[in-house]
Amino acid sequence: MQSKLSVRFLTRLLSALLIFIAVFATAQERDPVRIGFMDPLSGPFASIGTSGLTVLQFSADYLFNSRGGILDGRMIEIVPLDNMQSPTETQIQFRRAVSEGLQIVFQGNSSAVANALNTAVERHNRRNPGQEVLQINYSAVDPILTEENCSFWHFRFDAHAVMKLNVLTDFIARNEDIEQIYIIGQDYSFGHVVAETSERLLREKRPDIEIVGNEFHPIGQVKDFTPYVTKIVASGADAVITGNFGADMVSLARSIIDSGLDIPIYTFYAAYDGITATLGADGKNRIRLVHNESANPIPTEERKEFYRAFKAKHPDRDVTQPRLPLALSMIVEAMEQTGSTDPYDVALALEDMRFTSMSGEEVWMRGADHQIFQALHVSVQTDEGIEFDADNSGFGLLTEYMVPGEETVVETSCEMRRPRR
Amino acid sequence: MPEILVFATLNGLVTGLLLFMLASGLTVIFSMMGVLNFAHASFYMLGAYFAYSISLYFGYWTGLIVAPLIVGVLGALVERYGLRRVHQHGHVAELVFTFGLAFLIEEAVQFFWGADTKNYQTPDLLDFPLFTLFGQEFSAYRGFMLAISLGIFIGLYQVLTRSRVGLIIQAAITHPHMVSNLGHNVPLIFTAVFGVGTALAGLAGVIAGPVLTTFPGMALVLGSIVFVIVVIGGLGSLPGAFLASLLIGLLQSYAIAANVGMQDLLDLLGLEFPRSHPLDDLWTLNLAQIAPILPFLLLVLVLIFRPTGLMGKREQ
Repeated sequence: MQSKLSVRFLTRLLSALLIFIAVFATAQERDPVRIGFMDPLSGPFASIGTSGLTVLQFSADYLFNSRGGILDGRMIEIVPLDNMQSPTETQIQFRRAVSEGLQIVFQGNSSAVANALNTAVERHNRRNPGQEVLQINYSAVDPILTEENCSFWHFRFDAHAVMKLNVLTDFIARNEDIEQIYIIGQDYSFGHVVAETSERLLREKRPDIEIVGNEFHPIGQVKDFTPYVTKIVASGADAVITGNFGADMVSLARSIIDSGLDIPIYTFYAAYDGITATLGADGKNRIRLVHNESANPIPTEERKEFYRAFKAKHPDRDVTQPRLPLALSMIVEAMEQTGSTDPYDVALALEDMRFTSMSGEEVWMRGADHQIFQALHVSVQTDEGIEFDADNSGFGLLTEYMVPGEETVVETSCEMRRPRR
Repeated sequence: MPEILVFATLNGLVTGLLLFMLASGLTVIFSMMGVLNFAHASFYMLGAYFAYSISLYFGYWTGLIVAPLIVGVLGALVERYGLRRVHQHGHVAELVFTFGLAFLIEEAVQFFWGADTKNYQTPDLLDFPLFTLFGQEFSAYRGFMLAISLGIFIGLYQVLTRSRVGLIIQAAITHPHMVSNLGHNVPLIFTAVFGVGTALAGLAGVIAGPVLTTFPGMALVLGSIVFVIVVIGGLGSLPGAFLASLLIGLLQSYAIAANVGMQDLLDLLGLEFPRSHPLDDLWTLNLAQIAPILPFLLLVLVLIFRPTGLMGKREQ
């Protein structure tokens, strides 16, 4: 009797234990892979940050979570971190990311912020081996991040400013009508890189082109660009190059248009997030952007499907940053290859990875400096031949000129310090 | 060169008069209630957003009239049910209240309208160049902005100095108890003045929205500069605000237009520095680069040499 009881007790205990282990194990298995997204989600630059967050969130859900997750059933969880695009706030948010155990952090807006984050990550990783953080830069294009300040823990999934300007100036050089160019930009690292590089490259490619103006203005402080445009008109320029983004970009383009100046504007960031709709017909055949991943035409059905699914879920938004699904896919690929989410393993697998993007194009992540190489496009704002428009305005970007990835490769001066393990 | 001068003057006038529409409300509210309304530029932003939404359904002109009214009523409500309650706790409480309100309005705008730039366009009626000078167009809409803000200045000045209402307001500024004893409803006057002040800010937003772009950061960009104007002009002085607005508008415009920089100064002094000099950034600075910061420099100078502002009568 007594032994029977104890046997019964033992079996019960055992089954309870088994259930506990089973539950615990599945909980372990379902433990999500958490990825931080640090960009301005409030304040004057919020529109860029929130649209990026929407795209990344959607990419995680559509590409992976709805298909059973990654690494045998783990979901991807995107954790928003609002840095208000300020280097100071970035430090605070980075501390938060670390304390929450995030080991991969996406960041894209403003090279100044990217540089601050780069320094913080580098210092943290040196002091906390085993708890490293990986910085996924999807949009900050100051070359310094893959040159002097290159880091093992930083990967850039966007062509840097010099690569983009190489393509842009090639395109400008082909246009015989352009003889005088005005350069205007925000007074910070990226704006200066744009100004210096454009001047240098144009001198090489078209020595006959005269730079009739090279102007900087404080970032986000200018209320009205008309006084600047007055100078552009007076200079007799027949094209403008600018690296402006956000409100500075819209106001500048608006002022140029309002003054009746009918010249092309060559830019990096003059589309989506309300910009295309605001410039609308006035910007037609006038606004040109250099970017990766053609917006129109989209080469593969796979990417078209992605865009349609995104539009179905977020009718008011656009896939503003195709780099985000690409970066996420490559990181997941690296995780699957190594079977690990450890930043060190992921970083090693990402190095020299060749990956076929949604556009059916093979992209290359160079191991020497962690810079990605893929085809670059120069597109024009128009409403003709647009299948995927921006801001539901009927206007969108149509590719006019394309340079394949291998031709965008530039030398790097990066001397990377590799952690020892 | 003459074309730059002409257009720099015109641009300066447009910016200056626009700034005045904001500064006038702020300075009148300050002189009456002693409240520095930090949320003033937020009402300007609200004006632009309301007008944008209204223009989608009823066109621009309805927005031009209705949006400032809505903003004015909102402003009056804020005074009646917010500021007046806070008032009894002193000026610091009022400052903090308006400060918080500014954040609240910015977040509310993002909540309801989203963070994207809004496609708020100038009306078709004014979508033509007013005149073309030296190959550059001056749009009719800018002329319209100029006319509206000038009209507001003249109208406001007339009302305050010539009308009965203006007399009561002026009296209420200096002797609120006396005015109250004469049977006037002083709190009501305060509410009305606050409402009119915010409505003016709203109107400024309505006419500035299409040209300066309508986005959630628009209050922030203009907010600080309006305070600079009110302080430079002399706290509470309407003519002072007018003068300071024009001064700052023109100063910025001319500074951008002028092609002078540190290099010219060095040439004049016969000095030369190598490109690798540690202060290279300083030596290559030009006036246009720092133009938007000049008003703040002017503010510092005014505070040092004439703390009451250009036309302020207030003794601290």
